[in-house]
Amino acid sequence: MLSRVADSLYWISRYLERAEHTARLIDVHLTQMLDQAGGDTNLRWQRLLRSMRTPQPPEEVDAYSVTYALTFDEANTSSIVSSIASARENARQVREQISSEMWEQLNRLFLQVKQTTMEQIWHAEPHKFLNSVKEKIYLFQGITDGTMSHSEGWHFIRFGRFLERTMATASLLDTHFSIFLTEQIEYESEPLDYLSWVELLRSCASFEAYCKVYTAALRPAQIAEFLLLNAEAPRSIRFACTMMQGALQAIAKSTGSRNTGRTERLAGRLRAMLDYDQIEEILSGDIHEYLENIQHQCGLIHNGIYQSYIAYPIEVALTSRGAAQA
Amino acid sequence: MIVPDRPDTVERPTLPPPFSNYILDAAFDEMLGSDGRPRLHYQEMFHRLLEMPAEALYQRQQAANTAFLNQGITFTVYGDDEGIERIWPYDLLPRIITSEEWQTIERGLTQRITALNLFLKDVYHDGRILSDRVVPRWLIYSCKHFRREMRGIRVPHDIYVAVDGTDLVRLPDGRFAVLEDNLRVPSGVSYMLANRQVMKRTFPSLFGSYDVRPIDHYGRVLLSTLLSLTPAGRPEPVIVLLTPGVYNSAYFEHAFLARQMGIELVEGRDLLVHDNVVYMRTTAGLRRVDVIYRRVDDDYLDPLTFEPRSTLGVSGLLNAYRAGNVALANAIGTGVADDKAIYTYVPAIIRYYLGEEPILPNVETYLLSDEKQQKYVLEHLDELVIKAVGESGGYGMLIGPYSTAAQRAVYRQRVIANPRNYIAQPTLALSRAPCVIDDQIEPRHVDLRPFVLFGEQVTIVPGGLTRVALRRGSLVVNSSQGGGSKDTWVLVGTSAENNQ
Repeated sequence: MLSRVADSLYWISRYLERAEHTARLIDVHLTQMLDQAGGDTNLRWQRLLRSMRTPQPPEEVDAYSVTYALTFDEANTSSIVSSIASARENARQVREQISSEMWEQLNRLFLQVKQTTMEQIWHAEPHKFLNSVKEKIYLFQGITDGTMSHSEGWHFIRFGRFLERTMATASLLDTHFSIFLTEQIEYESEPLDYLSWVELLRSCASFEAYCKVYTAALRPAQIAEFLLLNAEAPRSIRFACTMMQGALQAIAKSTGSRNTGRTERLAGRLRAMLDYDQIEEILSGDIHEYLENIQHQCGLIHNGIYQSYIAYPIEVALTSRGAAQA
Repeated sequence: MIVPDRPDTVERPTLPPPFSNYILDAAFDEMLGSDGRPRLHYQEMFHRLLEMPAEALYQRQQAANTAFLNQGITFTVYGDDEGIERIWPYDLLPRIITSEEWQTIERGLTQRITALNLFLKDVYHDGRILSDRVVPRWLIYSCKHFRREMRGIRVPHDIYVAVDGTDLVRLPDGRFAVLEDNLRVPSGVSYMLANRQVMKRTFPSLFGSYDVRPIDHYGRVLLSTLLSLTPAGRPEPVIVLLTPGVYNSAYFEHAFLARQMGIELVEGRDLLVHDNVVYMRTTAGLRRVDVIYRRVDDDYLDPLTFEPRSTLGVSGLLNAYRAGNVALANAIGTGVADDKAIYTYVPAIIRYYLGEEPILPNVETYLLSDEKQQKYVLEHLDELVIKAVGESGGYGMLIGPYSTAAQRAVYRQRVIANPRNYIAQPTLALSRAPCVIDDQIEPRHVDLRPFVLFGEQVTIVPGGLTRVALRRGSLVVNSSQGGGSKDTWVLVGTSAENNQ
């Protein structure tokens, strides 16, 4: 497969995962606000922005301005509309490599977002719009699995999705858990602001899945364990890393892997860490650093993929097995 | 170019609907003979259309339009800021060519491409035809598409033009003539194939009632033509299609052909040259490339040799080509043979290399670098068509009878300033074929672009792209200028047999 094509496939799914994450976060937040009239909304929105690594606006923020910035602001490269436009642009470059069904679904999503205005959704139900964005992205993933051959390109798509998910979830957990480092609260106690923990779980589409394991009694330690270390929940970091590693192995296999050792070691180490680490140890240490490290590792894996498959130096490729077939 | 048609003065009985508006004029009519009766090979279609209710015709045309829309078969119009992609305009009714007519076309095009390939080899090597003063030397060296860099380069199997699309027109006397050769990167073949697919889906009963020769094997033949260019010593060659990218007007075609042939669709940034060998960058490492079907113009092919700002090409490609490590289809510098001034010499070129008379005639053409001819042309600007020699796609031309005095003044100045750059031709009455216009059938001017493949042998898939000037009275068939297209049927056997 052409390196350029692999690159585009990888970014299609990263951008869509990002758009879906953003849509869910705003949706959960707006819903949550209904229950917390009078609370410090500014602080909440600030935290949301921080979790998405969006630069903090200097002035006070409100629901409308944040929703606009994260949904329709084309100047904001991480807004939903920007992410979807970037995904579509990447898909356009490799239209022949993906199935027509995938292209049509992505194109429909793009047109819908492009044709909707902030006023329309604000005066109707923002929830309806955000939910349809989420659903259309889930549908795209289903169509991808159902119509595209599960070969190298498909693994690049999967790799992109789970790498993005790992990073986004780690960042979100960080904003919720860093408070424990400064305020010396007991992890095991019943949290005071029950709702903000519900919000975290819902932001990870994991509230119901959590309750099935731990019941509705919310404990920050258990939430951390669930979102970080659960092996089966599709939104946990461990699950995402397992998938990511699987995709990497499949890619290495189908390309007859040349010097991919480093990337595989990085992915394997990250996964092993999540497989064997204990939540008590993580929480008694510096959880902020722990989550930062996960994101840092993802960055290294991203670079590794580029060096092995996409932007490898020509000198290396000429002396390795790749050029031997020439 | 919208002007009223000038109906012939001869009175003919008006035809029944949907042909009520079908008025013959001086141009050759593909469907009706000069007596106003349908030609033998059009009779079946004519009678079916008579029996068909007007709505049914309209509905089928709509169904065909929808089919193109859903498949995303589009083209791009440059200089149009908005809606870059446009749907391909398609006319429901086929253009039918008898097997006798096709035989002439096939023989004529084979003869022409053979001579032009010999001409290109000669021009870039010994220049015999120039020494023998059959073609003036200065005309070659002043040609915009002449590539000095190609002098003395051995091209694999001496095939310069492997893929050719020649524009034919039908003159009022019914003869086919060559309007222009497209020897650089001719396009349109994907539309020929798509038109046939849509035809079979939207008008199967009509298609079934004729014995039409298939064209679906074009992709396979193109692939074997490209394979035949493989440099020696490469038993399992890698063939790629080089596209300028998604913003090119013919990107749809590039992707379509790559898929039909099962080869990689690459852009310049996917390729690199190392030690005069071309590689493509894949996830499994660098892969050597042996044949490039390039759909990028000469100018943008190699920034080290040609346009230095080009990002569409591959640095060092010419050196790899010169070293014989890669084959290009078409070769670099083939544009010297489709220059519109050189075109006037093609009959002489055919006689020179093959010792044969041209089977397909040229259209009468005035060379403006010739003083006498220039004088005549400048006096008759309002009757003639002026064309820039190196342009294609209907750009850079003046159609005298439909031009304004101001436009003519502009062209007069241009011609005087740079006579080498222009030619003139009489305004041709292109033949006309029936088209669905709303729920009526009216005649519109058409041309024909068959696609010629030159590999180990010459193959011309029976058919081609029939382009239609859908605006009433218009003579410009280019899709960039409001033209559409039709499916083109070449019939098996004789026309009489086809009406049984």
